[in-house]
Amino acid sequence: MTKSYVGQRIKRNEDPRLLTGQALFVDDVQIPGMLHAAFLRSDYAHARLRGVDVTKALKREGVVAIYTARDMGDDWKPGPPLVSPPATVENVVFHSRTQVPLVKDKVRYAGEPIAVVVATSRYIAEDAVDDIVVDLEPLEVVVDLEKALATDSPRVHDDLDSNLAAHLSQEKGNYQAAREKADLVIKRRFYIDRGAAAAMENRGIVAQWDVKSQQLTVWDTTQAPIPIRNGLAARLGLSTHQVRVIAPFVGGGFGPKIMMFYPEEMLIPWLSIQLGRPIKWIEDRRENFFATTQERQQIHDAEMALAKDGKILGIRHSFIHDTGAYDPYGLTIPLNTQSHAMGAYDVPNYFSELKVVFTNRVIVTPVRGAGRPQGIFLVERLLDLAAKELGVDPVEIRKKNFIPANAFPYEHKIIDQAFAPLIFDSGNYLPAMEKAVSMIGYEQFVKEEQPRLRKEGRHVGIAVIPFIETTGVGPYEGARVTVETSGKVSVATGVGTQGQGHFTSFAQVVADQLGVDVRDVHLVTGDTAEFHWGTGTFASRGAVVAGNAVHAAAKAVRAKVLKLASKVLNTPEDELELKDGLVRVADIPQRSISLGELAVLANPLRGAVEPGTEPGLEATDYFGPRYGATAFAVHAMIIEVDPETMMVDIKRFVVVEDCGTMLNPLLVEGQIHGGVSMGIGHSFYEKLHYDENGQLLNASFADYLIPTSMEVPRVEIGHQETPSPLNPIGSKGAGEAGAIPVPALFAQAIENALADYDIEILETPLSPNRLFELVHGKEKE
Amino acid sequence: MSNLIDVTVTVNGKQYERTIEPRLLLSDFLRHELGLTGTHVGCEHGVCGSCTVLLDGKAVRSCLMFAVQAQGHEVMTVEGLGTIEDLHPIQEAFWEAHGLQCGFCTPGILMTLVPFLEENPDPNEEEIREAISGNLCRCTGYQHIVDAVKLATEKMRA
Repeated sequence: MTKSYVGQRIKRNEDPRLLTGQALFVDDVQIPGMLHAAFLRSDYAHARLRGVDVTKALKREGVVAIYTARDMGDDWKPGPPLVSPPATVENVVFHSRTQVPLVKDKVRYAGEPIAVVVATSRYIAEDAVDDIVVDLEPLEVVVDLEKALATDSPRVHDDLDSNLAAHLSQEKGNYQAAREKADLVIKRRFYIDRGAAAAMENRGIVAQWDVKSQQLTVWDTTQAPIPIRNGLAARLGLSTHQVRVIAPFVGGGFGPKIMMFYPEEMLIPWLSIQLGRPIKWIEDRRENFFATTQERQQIHDAEMALAKDGKILGIRHSFIHDTGAYDPYGLTIPLNTQSHAMGAYDVPNYFSELKVVFTNRVIVTPVRGAGRPQGIFLVERLLDLAAKELGVDPVEIRKKNFIPANAFPYEHKIIDQAFAPLIFDSGNYLPAMEKAVSMIGYEQFVKEEQPRLRKEGRHVGIAVIPFIETTGVGPYEGARVTVETSGKVSVATGVGTQGQGHFTSFAQVVADQLGVDVRDVHLVTGDTAEFHWGTGTFASRGAVVAGNAVHAAAKAVRAKVLKLASKVLNTPEDELELKDGLVRVADIPQRSISLGELAVLANPLRGAVEPGTEPGLEATDYFGPRYGATAFAVHAMIIEVDPETMMVDIKRFVVVEDCGTMLNPLLVEGQIHGGVSMGIGHSFYEKLHYDENGQLLNASFADYLIPTSMEVPRVEIGHQETPSPLNPIGSKGAGEAGAIPVPALFAQAIENALADYDIEILETPLSPNRLFELVHGKEKE
Repeated sequence: MSNLIDVTVTVNGKQYERTIEPRLLLSDFLRHELGLTGTHVGCEHGVCGSCTVLLDGKAVRSCLMFAVQAQGHEVMTVEGLGTIEDLHPIQEAFWEAHGLQCGFCTPGILMTLVPFLEENPDPNEEEIREAISGNLCRCTGYQHIVDAVKLATEKMRA
């Protein structure tokens, strides 16, 4: 039997290059004759553009060209809508307004690009940006979500009747009837504010149009190179075969590097064709705050109806979701919020009304979690309040309401972010919950330690939050696996990679199928010249969808290997085994042939080939799940709050994770650590502060505080594996999970720590400052 | 603007002579003039630590220095630390402990650790965390980085 790599803690194939500075990131691309771009961006959040004067800027030595919207002629077009609701979905209002390459008439957010300068160096391009004179007439700004919906509000898009971008209701069962039978109804308003993804690498694009070969090559920090290639080809009037998009090593994605068709992403390739020169644009950190998408702001009016034993009878919420100035990413985020607003619970009745609003702020698209943290915050907060009201233990009320293990697949009877029925494929929640409770020592803490600490005057709280995460959505991914004549294996897949370890986890899958060393499997991701079918890395889908596509292609190659080897070794296929790079007769190991020799035989230079055979030991295959795989996890935390400074100290952090079959537990744990770290930031340290003029006030790493090694605790991890029945590997996604429940966890833990102050936390993110205000009775401004 | 200045800088033991603008950042000089793209630029305002290099053996942020200030000094970048075939023990430890994910912040962290571990070859977890607290990482949550540093100290003692 071949040694199995799947499930092993294998160190990564890609690391030696990354550790020695030999991995190619977009800004590392150097092409002779390359020009550099810089953007003039609006300082105002909402303004009429009256004129742009580039005369002085054009005279600066080293400036090659400057473009405004007017200079683009017919090539000026808004970006493509990406995931708008299909026409088949009824009762949905959706107004698609997508981002523009350069502002033509009206600025809709501070940071929106007005002009682009192309020069011989970035330094000169930025100098020239300062030379441009722009005439803007400031307009009244839309920032408040509720005021945005008022009839007298100024409008972000003048051609619409209001700032309403979308309106949609979903119902399961009959909430109103359930409410009438309820013993307790908890009703509150919840505020969730904005955070940034803040990948360490900013965005960047290098485009090279080769006039003689009529080929466009684009290096892009995208999570989805194939949709970008297809979109660019369509936009530029080229065949898809003329456009190659490469997402090389990407320094973190976390959502905003998805297939956005950012203004810069459309413009730089276009400019390269206009000027016939390679052009580079690398976003700086300030631009990243003003020009890269953000997420999370919602206001919920929510209620939960319960029986007196703590059983949930129903949940109802009306919410407003902020999409920023445009809505290219459709309803993905708020639909995810709805899919998670019932948490891991068997909720028979649900009603949700969603309004999406345009505001004069940076565009909203998914950030790690993508609407899920908001849904989990809502349901978990309501449960905490109910537990307190009923005098029930917070852990017990959750156990009582879990979807039972025998209820899967569990149909929720609402639609998910793909406008398909929301179904949880599998799960076993109770044992994972018990494991987390036991790992954190819940009973002992609550009964013994906490009373002792309270006597000492210390404010130490505990929290346990279980949650689900819908992952691994379709439509599909593909992969091509090839045995080379060296005996090594090459794999190409369409998804991009931003640190997840695909070069290793996918190699493990292939190595198991073909009996080769995992270090002999070479993977290419995110290069459309290597593989050009697929969608990308998002929605915690890499390991599930691309992983299973790689698995399918590797299995197909294995079948070819066995068929050919059977002929060569004159032995039935079922008596052969693949091991150590060889195919051998199981009982007579000395009768063998290497994969490399077989690859040569499979691609002969002379002789006849049998009809119907394909050359080489190569196969391409695809995987598309029927619906997403739903992961489950429990986070538990013990936290101390200093009631004077309101600073927190996380004493323990436990995660029990069930993401189905793990390809590589080491990498899964890394994903959890990182997710938790971002979750901590988005719960207590990070908030994008916009003022009433739509100005982002903390647009630097000196002011927007992402957690450092001093804030992030050690995370103790327990695993449980409930394989998904929807894919052969049994995997579920894990990329976003770590970040999802942390806001709810912080709220529960801090309320528990500050029990003697009797505060209610109805908002996220918190901060020491905000906590101080809450404790001292200040209302939300 | 075209008042160019000649600089001579030793980087990873090799002497480079270039004629540059005085405003050119050391980070841009290393990356774009010398092609040493292992040094990464994450914020250009001295907070994230991705661009950390050694200047005469001390960790500095190359985005907060002009290249002309490195005149006559010795710079070491991640390219001078080890090679794919011959990794430095700290690099080996990061590989084994999964101390990196996207790898963008990693060179800066490695270069921060080199002088730290020379000064303190046996740090405890608290000291390690403090040592890397000026380097932001968005992927790892720092835990495997701390583990990697511990492993590196074992390797370097061996």
